[in-house]
Amino acid sequence: MIERLPLVHHSRSRLAAGAVLALTVSLGLAACGNKDSEGSSAKSCVDTSGDTIKLGFLNSTSGAMAISEQTVRDSLTLAAEEINADGGILGKEIEFVEEDGASDPAIFAEKIEKLLTGDCVAAVFGGWTSASRKAMLPVVEANNGLLFYPVQYEGLEASENIYYTGATTNQQIIPAMEFLADEGVETLFLAGSDYVFPRTANKIIKQYAEELGIEIVGEEYVPLDDDDWTTQVAKIVEAEPDFVFNTINGSSNVGFIKAYYEQGLSPETSPIISVSIAEEEAPAMGKDVTGQYAAWNYFQSVESPANATFIEAFQDRFGSERPTSDPMEAAYTSLYLYKNLVEAADSFDVDDINESADGVTFEAPEGLVTIDGDNHHIAKTALIGRINSDNQFDVVWSSDGPIEPDPFLEGYSWWDASAE
Amino acid sequence: MKSAVRTFGPLVAIAVLAVLLLVVAPSVLSPFRLNNLGKYCCWAIAAVGIGLAWGRGGMLVMGQGVFFGIGGYAMAMHLKLEAAGPEGIPDFMLLYGDGTMPGWWEPFRSGAFTLFAIVALPAVAAAILGWAIFKRKVKGAYFAILTQAMAVVFATLLIATIQETGGFNGLNQFTFFFGYNLYDPVNKRMVYSITAGLLIACLVVVWQLYRSRFGELLVATRDAEERVRFLGHDPANVKLAAFVIAAVMASIGGAMFAPIAGIISPSDVDATASIFLIAGVALGGRALLLGPALGALAVGYGRSTLSEQFPDQWTYFLGALFIVVILMFPAGLISAAGRAAGLLRPRRRVRPTAARPAGATS
Repeated sequence: MIERLPLVHHSRSRLAAGAVLALTVSLGLAACGNKDSEGSSAKSCVDTSGDTIKLGFLNSTSGAMAISEQTVRDSLTLAAEEINADGGILGKEIEFVEEDGASDPAIFAEKIEKLLTGDCVAAVFGGWTSASRKAMLPVVEANNGLLFYPVQYEGLEASENIYYTGATTNQQIIPAMEFLADEGVETLFLAGSDYVFPRTANKIIKQYAEELGIEIVGEEYVPLDDDDWTTQVAKIVEAEPDFVFNTINGSSNVGFIKAYYEQGLSPETSPIISVSIAEEEAPAMGKDVTGQYAAWNYFQSVESPANATFIEAFQDRFGSERPTSDPMEAAYTSLYLYKNLVEAADSFDVDDINESADGVTFEAPEGLVTIDGDNHHIAKTALIGRINSDNQFDVVWSSDGPIEPDPFLEGYSWWDASAE
Repeated sequence: MKSAVRTFGPLVAIAVLAVLLLVVAPSVLSPFRLNNLGKYCCWAIAAVGIGLAWGRGGMLVMGQGVFFGIGGYAMAMHLKLEAAGPEGIPDFMLLYGDGTMPGWWEPFRSGAFTLFAIVALPAVAAAILGWAIFKRKVKGAYFAILTQAMAVVFATLLIATIQETGGFNGLNQFTFFFGYNLYDPVNKRMVYSITAGLLIACLVVVWQLYRSRFGELLVATRDAEERVRFLGHDPANVKLAAFVIAAVMASIGGAMFAPIAGIISPSDVDATASIFLIAGVALGGRALLLGPALGALAVGYGRSTLSEQFPDQWTYFLGALFIVVILMFPAGLISAAGRAAGLLRPRRRVRPTAARPAGATS
């Protein structure tokens, strides 16, 4: 044993340490909580007195999601510039504050609070992953702010403070199943990322498949950022399904498509229908994906005057080689819908906007969209496209006009949320 | 007299930090900025533990996100159940699962059990893991790789268990913190104060440890493990104690992170998040008492500020900052500042050591 080291005067040091701790506790006690509070009495700090109105754009410009979310940022920028050139919103020019969500839900929560309480923006536009939306939801509700979320998602959500301009499941997943039934599909294989959206989508698909008499012959998940699909694709080869329903997120698609073609599958044998491969992703798959399908509410190939204008303006601004895709269109639409909402309410106040939201429309590139005042989603037309050799989508199926949003699937008797 | 300054100087510095965090900050910062500062404090609490394990103990703990996550998820589970109300179950289990709650969630309804778990779970986990590692004399790069792998496994496990832990989305939408409504700014401020207070308490604990025989043994183990063994001590036990204390501190940081950030998700506890903690410690100066905490506060602040000023290029700036600091001030910014002010004696050794060479001087 070594001798006790004579460096320390223990009694004195304990006393001093105790003094610092006591100081800390007493200082801390000064900030007692309030147990009976009713929650926030959030007062809006939005300044509507000037010639400009501040809006926040919150997308990931760094991290894994940057490649997707940057496209949304670009189309939001385009919409803001167009609206400003056209006289702004209620005569006020849009001044947009940009923030980076850094592909991290906790950062999304921090940044939206900064935008709402620090910059005092009237509304925030952005988010992509469900994780980022879920992280922003409590903040936007606590501050009675507004968030416009532009990406198709798994539904089962409705907030007074969020407008969802992407599709919910009954505008994308369910129509895709109807398309498969029309095609006479009898066996279906499910491949997805291990994530909330694929899990929820597949739960819906399985229940609806039973209703439609389609047999599910396999279900495989791979972690979000995992690229190795070899063993799972081998199971598809063995099962020989009529169709593969692909709910894989992001870059993991590349590994899936690679394994799919390398193991001899093709659109002739077991075609794929995807819900996350769009114009932007198709050329990046590393294989020729001609003949595969995707379910969306917008394709660049949609023929409408509004879409022609949108594509031309976007390519003028960001380059003629840039494609336009569903989330980009939904983001572009969200800013115009906000403009129409404010003008319908004749106010930037959140409560006023919500009051008069029902039935507000916009002639979007995808067609006419209408806001449902109850659940804050929008009525959208469902489309199925087949990829052609130019990596564009030929529309092969569409719903009979816009489908009313039903995020909780209340209008579908076969749906049982509590089933496994 | 000079020795009194030397002895109590660090304590005065801690007291100054306490006044800054608990009195000055709440009166000058907006609620949003204060909440952000609270978040940095959570990282700083974990960083204090890393300073002990790495700075003094020489164990490069690259997976502290795991323990940060254990505390964070334990607290988040309690807050989630509190939000669901008595008998209620968390919303995501209804939405994405079959509407039943796994049995191991049940004890977290109790606030007392949760607080106990926040300390006990990481301690037990670190003790078992540490015992296996240190008794086998795993050290250096192997130890670092092992702990890093642990963080990867932990995050993967969380992502894969959507119905039990919320998966990639993590746990969020908390409404109450032990009966206090989190939507009320007054209560948010209280949570901040608790966090800042815990940071100060951890610093005092570490200050006391550094002055104790354990602290000297830890440094001795770092610098000459075999000699410590010859003197009749088992270095494994010394390292194990430091590793367990660091784990508990990380867990406390994580536990406060959940109510402050309003969310805990795999990306807050994965390998990247673990390295982010290490970066703060390295920046501040890993072997100094205040270095790790101030470094973590600085990195947190830098991350928020740079990303607000330069939303497109901030990650490059942050990376460049690390490179410059590590190249120019290997012992950390605090020691560089201290040396510049002439407060520290010039050293011959480049490697950071304890504020005073262990045992040799007297």
